[in-house]
Amino acid sequence: MVTQATTEAIVYPAVGAELDIEGVSHAFDIDGATLPVLDNVNLAIAPGEFVALLGPSGCGKSTLLRLVAGLEKPRGGTLREDEIRITGPHPSRVVVFQDPTLFPWRTVWDNVALGLEAQGILKTQRHRVDAVIDLVGLTSFRNAYPHQLSGGMAQRVALARALVNDPKILVLDEPLGKLDSLTRIAMQSELTALWQRKGFSTLLVTHDVEEALVLANRVIVLSDRPARIKADIAVARPYPRHRGDPYLAELRKQILGLLGLEATW
Amino acid sequence: MSTYSVSDSTAAAPRAAVAFANPSGSYGVGLAASLAWLAFGLSCLAWPDVGDWSRTDSLGIGAIVIAACVLFGTFGADYLGGAGEGLRKRAPWLVALGALFTLWEVATAKFAWLPLPFFPPPQAILEVYTDDLPKLLDSVFASIKLQLGGYLIGAAVGFLTGVSIGWSQKVGYWVHPVLRFIGPLPATAWLPIAFFTFPSSWSASTFLIALATGFPVTVLTWSGVASVSSAYYDVARTLGAKPSFLVLKVAIPAALPHVFVGLFMGLGSSFAVLVVAEMIGVKAGLGWYLQWAQGWAAYANMYAALIVMSLLCSGAITLLFRTRDRLLVWQKGVVKW
Repeated sequence: MVTQATTEAIVYPAVGAELDIEGVSHAFDIDGATLPVLDNVNLAIAPGEFVALLGPSGCGKSTLLRLVAGLEKPRGGTLREDEIRITGPHPSRVVVFQDPTLFPWRTVWDNVALGLEAQGILKTQRHRVDAVIDLVGLTSFRNAYPHQLSGGMAQRVALARALVNDPKILVLDEPLGKLDSLTRIAMQSELTALWQRKGFSTLLVTHDVEEALVLANRVIVLSDRPARIKADIAVARPYPRHRGDPYLAELRKQILGLLGLEATW
Repeated sequence: MSTYSVSDSTAAAPRAAVAFANPSGSYGVGLAASLAWLAFGLSCLAWPDVGDWSRTDSLGIGAIVIAACVLFGTFGADYLGGAGEGLRKRAPWLVALGALFTLWEVATAKFAWLPLPFFPPPQAILEVYTDDLPKLLDSVFASIKLQLGGYLIGAAVGFLTGVSIGWSQKVGYWVHPVLRFIGPLPATAWLPIAFFTFPSSWSASTFLIALATGFPVTVLTWSGVASVSSAYYDVARTLGAKPSFLVLKVAIPAALPHVFVGLFMGLGSSFAVLVVAEMIGVKAGLGWYLQWAQGWAAYANMYAALIVMSLLCSGAITLLFRTRDRLLVWQKGVVKW
């Protein structure tokens, strides 16, 4: 515990970037027909902010993340990271997907080292890989192969693989969606702690209302496809948050109502 | 050979443990093995040969020495460590082999129940190994040289072609139809053309072996590269990977299990081409030796060469599997051959 106190005493600079999504529209061509998925989405994320996107299944949340990651180009509108237009993938905006998608032929260490290796800086930066593996608590599994890991451990490796790049924006695509509920609760706390220590901006897609409220500064509620922003809700509560907090419960009721699920409350 | 036995022995381990739980039982099998080899040795020495073979006595004495070793090994297994354990596991096979050799010896050299010279006795084959060794070794080296050259060229070209058409649609557009047109043709069908278009029968055979290897390697490498999940590329790209990194560090490692299936298939079809090419055009190698032995009605030499050939082929496959197991350790727990 002493070590933890000392690490917490170190002040990390806020490394988060500003993200501007301006009038972004996107569509897919399926069998000759055009299927609109995003309709004029406007969203500004301040440096170091934790924003959660909530919306019905298939509404285009993940598409928005792919645009932010630069994996696809929008049909309309612009995305900017710190005033610079996003034209392609960049290690300052790393995505953690719902599936850990670890490379099965690489050990945990080599998987985490992937980003530095791809950028050609691994030789001088090996200590960063070691540090981030320690950070997610997988020191004793550094030489394990992915098939030897549990679901939670694999997702921690995926998180470490993203964090080793010191991202300015961490893009999370339902990263805890496939984990069992106990592991999920534990990982939510870890995620909050990491975000507070590192100071990156975070964009999280989830369909778990409670998860969004426990983690995020702001919750954006999206409409059905094509996705538009239905509500932008600030969650003004300090961390660590308690799931039974009546303020959060009230917000939860409000959000479920926006999603057309008030009857379930 | 040993790759098969590795998986066999792990599968058979529980059964073996039950069978050998009683130590007197294991001594029993070892004793039977020893007796079988003793019978083989005595069968060599007991009756006169019906033909003229010079190694009958040595073979008989050798078999008796083996019988003695098995006997010693059986009762001293506890002090011999791994060797003793190995002997215990293989004892049932030793019984079968001893019995088979005895029967073979009696049926050929002693009473000629099987027609000579088409069924030579064990001592005739032993005689080939001792008296015709230089020629046999020359043939072995010639075969290995030809096979290795052709196989390596074919595997390398096939791998590169497979990666290119799996990666680039433009290359695929041009190469795919050619591959579909030429690939399924058995490489041996090219033999007559190859032998008069190439400057030497050796280069012609190398080309054909490379062709036989290259086709399955190309197709499987290609399908391996094409079936890599796009999620892997997405991950690598968001981490800052350039196209060269995507090919070398994502596509190729992910496709490697497929590539090894291709290499395995290519090895099988290239053996066929090797033997046929040596029988028809090349004036060296085991295929040529077989052909030559047939011409002289030297049937013992044919069997001897066939045994060597099968050892070489199975050795090559074992080597390939060992390489694969080493490169694909991460696949442990996934399907194995």
